[in-house]
Amino acid sequence: MENQSLKEIQLQLSRGKISVLEIVANYLKKIESTKDLNIYVNVFKDEAIEKAKALDQKYKDTPEQMGRLFGMVISIKDVICYKDHPVTAASKMLSGFESMYSSTAVERLLKEDAIIIGTTNCDEFAMGSSNEHSYYGPTKNADAPEYIPGGSSGGAAVSVQAGTCSIALGSDTGGSVRQPASFCNVIGMKPTYGRISRHGLIAYASSFDQIGLIGTVTEDMALVLEVISGSDEYDSTVSRNPVPGFYQNIDIDQKMKVGVLNSFFEHSRMNAEIKIKSKAVLESLQEAGHELVPLDFKSIDYLVPCYYVLTTAEASSNLSRYDGVKYGHRAQNITDLESLYKRSRTEGFGMEVKRRIMLGTFVLSSGYYDAYFEKAQKIRKIVKDEIDGLFSKVDVIALPTSMDYPWRIGDENQDPVSVYLSDVFTVIANLCGIPALSYPLGYGSENMSSGIQLMSNSFEEHHLFNLSALLQNMA
Amino acid sequence: MEINDELINKLENLAKLSLSPEEKEIMKKDLTNILGMIDKIKEVDTTGVEPLRYINQDVNVLRDDEARNEMTNEEALKNAPSVQEPYITVPKVIDLKK
Repeated sequence: MENQSLKEIQLQLSRGKISVLEIVANYLKKIESTKDLNIYVNVFKDEAIEKAKALDQKYKDTPEQMGRLFGMVISIKDVICYKDHPVTAASKMLSGFESMYSSTAVERLLKEDAIIIGTTNCDEFAMGSSNEHSYYGPTKNADAPEYIPGGSSGGAAVSVQAGTCSIALGSDTGGSVRQPASFCNVIGMKPTYGRISRHGLIAYASSFDQIGLIGTVTEDMALVLEVISGSDEYDSTVSRNPVPGFYQNIDIDQKMKVGVLNSFFEHSRMNAEIKIKSKAVLESLQEAGHELVPLDFKSIDYLVPCYYVLTTAEASSNLSRYDGVKYGHRAQNITDLESLYKRSRTEGFGMEVKRRIMLGTFVLSSGYYDAYFEKAQKIRKIVKDEIDGLFSKVDVIALPTSMDYPWRIGDENQDPVSVYLSDVFTVIANLCGIPALSYPLGYGSENMSSGIQLMSNSFEEHHLFNLSALLQNMA
Repeated sequence: MEINDELINKLENLAKLSLSPEEKEIMKKDLTNILGMIDKIKEVDTTGVEPLRYINQDVNVLRDDEARNEMTNEEALKNAPSVQEPYITVPKVIDLKK
């Protein structure tokens, strides 16, 4: 069922061949049988069943009033708020926390009759590339359970990979949707910064964070993006640009200039097989009539350093709200306020989060601010200018999603630097605020998956959907 | 750049954390390594470059300043770890004896 498009499902619903209740029951069964993968933090079982029954009844009574996502079952990453439901950012800090309001994205999904089936595991506060930094333990890759699914939206990617829902909402600050999607052989997409409201998305780095989508059917992802995008009075950074009809405007015949970022394909740590498979996809695009344009990228070595200075700075500021007072973990037997802050934060946060808070505090501290924080903001400008220059020559830029395949759980190098450096292929889109989509390359020799990444200029997601739909068509 | 004990203690205090001796050692090593990687940015000539502070196109999009009641008292206190209705309680801040 997982590869059926919503259109096909809705056709079956209209013919009475299947009910929403049956769809939900099938997914719940799948969730039960894949429990060992540690995909979900919370499954909203009873509620999903009730909602499904209500939707089946609504369809019987008023078929003309059904929402556009009627029949769609969606998982949300454990950083996305849903009123009166638990959300914990996979952290002890928020253990037991229940959302007081819903994120704008969730509100809009529900309004179109989607069913939210549960919250998915992730790296704590979305900080990580492997899903190993979760309070609940790692999520496992469904293709090879001893391997990581990628991160930070690892649970989200596996929720789709294992067939427990049709679309997963994740969040992408430096690749956290695209990299796990590539490791789990599914499609992952981060829209333009500001396309989707961040209201109700737990903040990591506010000028980078964006809700992203994971799925197997391009058309469904386009439809969901269309539903959840657009201006929102609760997020002053969200774009007021009109939301295009991503879904109905998919055009696999649109011919494009596709830039090939050689600086990334020739990266010293680039896996040879992923490179070959990516190049093969590009050749197939050329055969389909797209023009390939070789491109270089001068600032490649500065992307990861720039990204970690800025995101940790923003994180140290954003996470200062977790003080043990208003909500979240509070240390016990404390007699003064200063110790209450320190003990609560120290007990509540995991090591990776502490590392990033400390680094962010450093780059913002007096004496280092100009040399690190402001310097990195200037480099971000140089990077953005270079990307803007490339988009004056091409419509889409192609590069691999990751330089290598997933690693074994627990194998992560003790030195975080090498893990940080592996983010180089994905952070570029977040530094520039541009949309990017990872399309699966299929299985390699070790039965592991990877992806090819397509980036377009801001607010030109339609180019990415067109190519993704074309690749889907060719498969 | 070498991260020493003094700097770790200073950052810990600014970040309102109190790390264990083991965590401090890990932090010292990791931050030194990470800064070694980050120091790469010093190679870039940024003379005359304006810092990119906001990635969104429209800045300061504000809605009208109207008061709204979007949450009840009970809802607002629902997640508070220690409550004496209708307040959140914390350890004593002002010591009257001093």
